[in-house]
Amino acid sequence: MQDNVYVYIFVMAAVSYAIRALPVTLIRGRIRSPFLQSFLYYVPYVTLSVMTFPAIIEATQTPLSGALALAAGILAAWVGASLFQVASLCCVIVFLSEFLLLH
Amino acid sequence: MRNETNSQAFRAGFHDGIPIGLGYFAVAFALGVAARDAGMTPFQGFLASILCNASAGEYAGFTVIAARSGYLGMALITLVANARYLLMSTAMSQRLDPEMKKIHRFGMAMYITDEIFAIEIARPGYLHPFYTYGAAAIASPMWAAGTALGILAGNLMPVRIVSALSVALFGMFLAVIIPPARKDRVILVLILVCFAASWISEKLPLVGTLSQGNRVILLTVILSAAAALLFPHPAEEDKDN
Repeated sequence: MQDNVYVYIFVMAAVSYAIRALPVTLIRGRIRSPFLQSFLYYVPYVTLSVMTFPAIIEATQTPLSGALALAAGILAAWVGASLFQVASLCCVIVFLSEFLLLH
Repeated sequence: MRNETNSQAFRAGFHDGIPIGLGYFAVAFALGVAARDAGMTPFQGFLASILCNASAGEYAGFTVIAARSGYLGMALITLVANARYLLMSTAMSQRLDPEMKKIHRFGMAMYITDEIFAIEIARPGYLHPFYTYGAAAIASPMWAAGTALGILAGNLMPVRIVSALSVALFGMFLAVIIPPARKDRVILVLILVCFAASWISEKLPLVGTLSQGNRVILLTVILSAAAALLFPHPAEEDKDN
């Protein structure tokens, strides 16, 4: 019977770490292929975009408050607000709009 | 930037890690509830989170623990739920100074999370290991503490606060992807296409049934490859972008 929670945690931690450590430790040099270079250049933007929407409007209590936070966050980041400012603004927008909407 | 000392980089990382920590704390609370359902103690939840630093991956893992589905099942589920980190780790390998001590590659790998990766790539030039450690020093303990507290008292935190804090992570993603979009029209269009594709893919018959993590991988591979084919990015100096 495989029921030792600590073994489960150990397996989960070991696999999580291996996935992260293998590429960055094995790929020591520069990747030469122009296609792969371009691919890897775009990966972060695509991953983060895909994770942001529509998740942001599904994380909040009402889709509207999430949508408002999305719009405010894009606007603030566009005009040069810092990471901390954009993140805080999104939280405040959700809190205020839900306060007004859900009352 | 390139000449910043270890302690400067650590402090900058710590500063940028604060909103991550707040967002993590809120999300980890919800994760803690799943851990409690799996019969885990607060200590076990803390341990799992401080070692794994993964939201979807841990959530999937806790469902395995709840069902006691076996250690091999745990390994497979963790692999699938976290596979996107293979891509991030590969992308990260191209942003490291070849002169950097190898030990830092092992240290930085531990903290390849969606959020810490996001703030790292937002910085110019080679990644500074101590920037990663600074961000991890605040974000990882808050992630673990949030999980433990979620197990202890998951239902006590007002839902309105959890709701507000949960968008902190998305706000950070925006702060990373939007400024480059302002300078580069390709990235701007790419982001909009990603939003649309991500939204549509949730509704599609086959793709929609995939887990969130697998959908992210699928879309990342397809859309990044398409962008690379249509708009090859000139590999100028490594120091820019």
